[in-house]
Amino acid sequence: MARKLPRKDVVIIGLGWTGSIMAYELADAGLDVIAIERGPWRNTATDYPPGYAADELRYRIRHELFLSPGQTTFTFRNKMSEAALPIRSWGAFMPPNGVGGGGVHWNAETWRFLPSDFVLKTHLTERYGAGFLPGDMTIQDWGVTYDELEPHYDRFEYLCGTSGQAGNIKGTIMEGGNPFEGPRSRAYPNPPQDQPFGHTLFGKAARELGYKPFPQPSGNMSRPYQNPLGVRLGPCTYCGFCEWFGCGNYSKASPQTTVLPALVRKPNFTARDNSEVTRINIDSSGKRATGVTFVDASGDEWEQPADLVVLSAYTIFNVQLLLLSGIGKAYDPAANTGVVGRNFTHQTISDVVSFFDPEKFVFNPFIASGAIGMCIDEFNGDNFDHGPHGFVGGGYVGQVQTNGRPIETTPVPPGTPLWGAAWKKAVKDNYQSAIKPGTGVHGSMYSYRDVYVDLDPTYKDRFNRPLVRITMDFHDNEIKQNKFLTDKFAEIFQAMGARQVHKEYRKAPYDITKYQTTHLCGGAIMGTDPGTSALNRYLQSWDVPNLFVLGASAFPQNAGYNPTGTVAALAYWAADAIRSKYLKNPGQLINA
Amino acid sequence: MRRRTFLTLAAWLVGTTSLTRATVIHNHVPWAPHPNSPPEIARPGPWQFFTLDEARAMEAIVDRIIPPDPETPGGKIAGCAVFIDRQLKGPYGSNQGLYTLGPHTKGTKEQGPQSALTHADLYRKALAALDKHCKSTQGGKSFAELDAAAQDDVLRKIESGEVKFETVDAQGFFSALLKDVPEGFFSDPIHGGNNDMVGWKMIGFPGIRYDYRDWVNRHNERYPHPPVSIAGRADWTPAKS
Ligand SMILES: Cc1cc2nc3c(=O)[nH]c(=O)nc-3n(C[C@H](O)[C@H](O)[C@H](O)COP(=O)(O)OP(=O)(O)OC[C@H]3O[C@@H](n4cnc5c(N)ncnc54)[C@H](O)[C@@H]3O)c2cc1C
Ligand code: SF4
Repeated sequence: MARKLPRKDVVIIGLGWTGSIMAYELADAGLDVIAIERGPWRNTATDYPPGYAADELRYRIRHELFLSPGQTTFTFRNKMSEAALPIRSWGAFMPPNGVGGGGVHWNAETWRFLPSDFVLKTHLTERYGAGFLPGDMTIQDWGVTYDELEPHYDRFEYLCGTSGQAGNIKGTIMEGGNPFEGPRSRAYPNPPQDQPFGHTLFGKAARELGYKPFPQPSGNMSRPYQNPLGVRLGPCTYCGFCEWFGCGNYSKASPQTTVLPALVRKPNFTARDNSEVTRINIDSSGKRATGVTFVDASGDEWEQPADLVVLSAYTIFNVQLLLLSGIGKAYDPAANTGVVGRNFTHQTISDVVSFFDPEKFVFNPFIASGAIGMCIDEFNGDNFDHGPHGFVGGGYVGQVQTNGRPIETTPVPPGTPLWGAAWKKAVKDNYQSAIKPGTGVHGSMYSYRDVYVDLDPTYKDRFNRPLVRITMDFHDNEIKQNKFLTDKFAEIFQAMGARQVHKEYRKAPYDITKYQTTHLCGGAIMGTDPGTSALNRYLQSWDVPNLFVLGASAFPQNAGYNPTGTVAALAYWAADAIRSKYLKNPGQLINA
Repeated sequence: MRRRTFLTLAAWLVGTTSLTRATVIHNHVPWAPHPNSPPEIARPGPWQFFTLDEARAMEAIVDRIIPPDPETPGGKIAGCAVFIDRQLKGPYGSNQGLYTLGPHTKGTKEQGPQSALTHADLYRKALAALDKHCKSTQGGKSFAELDAAAQDDVLRKIESGEVKFETVDAQGFFSALLKDVPEGFFSDPIHGGNNDMVGWKMIGFPGIRYDYRDWVNRHNERYPHPPVSIAGRADWTPAKS
């Protein structure tokens, strides 16, 4: 039997980016808040100090900061007709674990989505006609607009100290920034980071081809910064051990370097680490959450009662907890009914690896940071006319080379043997003069009727609960989109003077073993109609109004950008709705 | 919840995280004055996982995957076999942290490896099968006793699927080698390979220097400083006077 803890005003499930932001906002509003986190507490000074943070084997290859599949994993299949099998070691994505969540080891590429992304279905139908969209595509409008989110994007960028060049301030296009971005209320808090050699070459070549290149907005500090909560960050040293690693310099925006130092000092906030929530508890009416049940590291089970439950456990764990707690109707793709598990999406990442003359080019690829890059946005969202191309969606492309770590980044020209003297020589000859952008083509993936998550009939987790089952494949639209973007990207490398350009298109079938990004989206989406969405526009559950569900699980489809800027803006937007509306009158904020 | 599953969880946590107990954090940052997750450093000395015969075969294999040349030593001198030995003895060898529950069904390539074997078992079985294969086809010689050309020939046939082992997936073993040997050549020397940072020197990777603010704007200039490991550099240790 679970032992019962004293009641709290709010219980937060998962203390990553969104959980930390929401915990701060609600503690700041005077509520008694507890956050329950599956993994351990993590400190810069004790967990990844500069003296040993730069250990490629330990963090990049053995994934020490991540969830272990032995603790929880998923099953996967391409098609509904196949049997799903467990993901035994991570491949296509890597779920975080521990206080700070993905914010500990993310790159900090900090984007906003385009205004049209939030009204995607309406926008595309108006511009191209409904017949232009594939029949099984299930894209939807979000129920919230860019203009409504703008102040919240701004808050997150100032929390993080984002380094970047504005492209559009209140409708005025700014030289050197991204001219396609939605209007922002003010400039970034910090100037862009300095760009290494390969990145500047990309910018120059792109400009000569008539594009408008700009530095990728980065949560790696271009200078010392103190954020509005009074927390200080130090300048990034371009160490090149950023993605997959904790920053030992306090230079990367993460919950640890931005929110948590202010949050843990609030007397009305408590965190419990190494404790996994196993269920959200619902009363007999089925319409009210009474709190959560969790298991701590000693294996003891506890019940934490609360008036308000915030689910912020990351996309796929959010969906898992909803399904296992029986909240909302599970999606059934055959009958096309139900909402939980629907519109699950990932990403279409591809690469162009380029080889330059070693006599003329020395790139020093190890001088890098997680979010450093020069990008163009001409081919993102609906920034170009899709009419002649026969697909929708897009992405940014850029020279975003984040590291020269030699286990991960020693590219050799195609056709080189995989081992032996020829391989060794090719590694040596090309290391300094090859470019392998990590997420060079960062493309959208739209939603489809047969891409979804539900509970697996066979495989179980260590609590003997069913694993979450992923059914996912690429559709023609995404394959065409990726080919188009990859070809455009390759043209820029050709113009940079590469002597050999190798395109690595993203092809079907979707492969769970090839890392793309950890940008999983959907499954508990927001919208305007409870028949096709799990949450209303404030991220409030349509079924259980004292439950709010944060994170990219709310995205009705993925856009051609990294998600966290939007994930965080939505967290602030939901926090604002709770503070200004819900607390005055706890109940459904939208009448369906 | 059944008691047994709790115990499994507790055992799992003790094995893999720095903070093993759930803690309640309230009104303070739980900062401890001493680092709580320093790296584990592979110690020199005898083989920890491989038998002497296995070690001989492995040293021969790593020298074929990464052969010596006039400028840079090969896999053997770089310590790649020592690296793999220490890895197989540790959590990697026992597949710690991976999802190991059954049923184990072979799926599509896109679904990823589903084998029930641990990495340690894979090496143990494959090295035995390799020597058996060599002895029966090469006049009684083990892999290590063959000359380099014959060794390359055997490895190439395993890679292409022409040579199969009865007891274990030979191609799967070769894929593991192609992953593990370069890791031993390029990972930090604290893990037992990349002796004297030879892998890093070969390509010009400066290791964990960590601060390139002075260099980010020096375009197309070769970074001049030699590499540094987590354990430092030998020439930074003052000579005894
Ligand atoms: C290697 C990597 C690089 C990335 N780079 C970028 C980037 O450059 N730009 C970008 O925009 N995004 C990036 N991301 C994605 C980014 O990390 C996520 O979008 C972001 O962290 C999501 O925030 P969240 O609060 O929804 O989830 P998280 O930050 O993942 O936090 C969720 C927390 O909940 C905890 N939890 C889960 N289940 C339970 C449970 N049952 N009980 C208790 N606790 C639980 C988890 O342990 C975790 O700490 C990257 C991700 C990875 C893995
Ligand atoms: S690249 Fe910069 S932000 Fe990233 S880990 Fe290194 S110092 Fe920190």
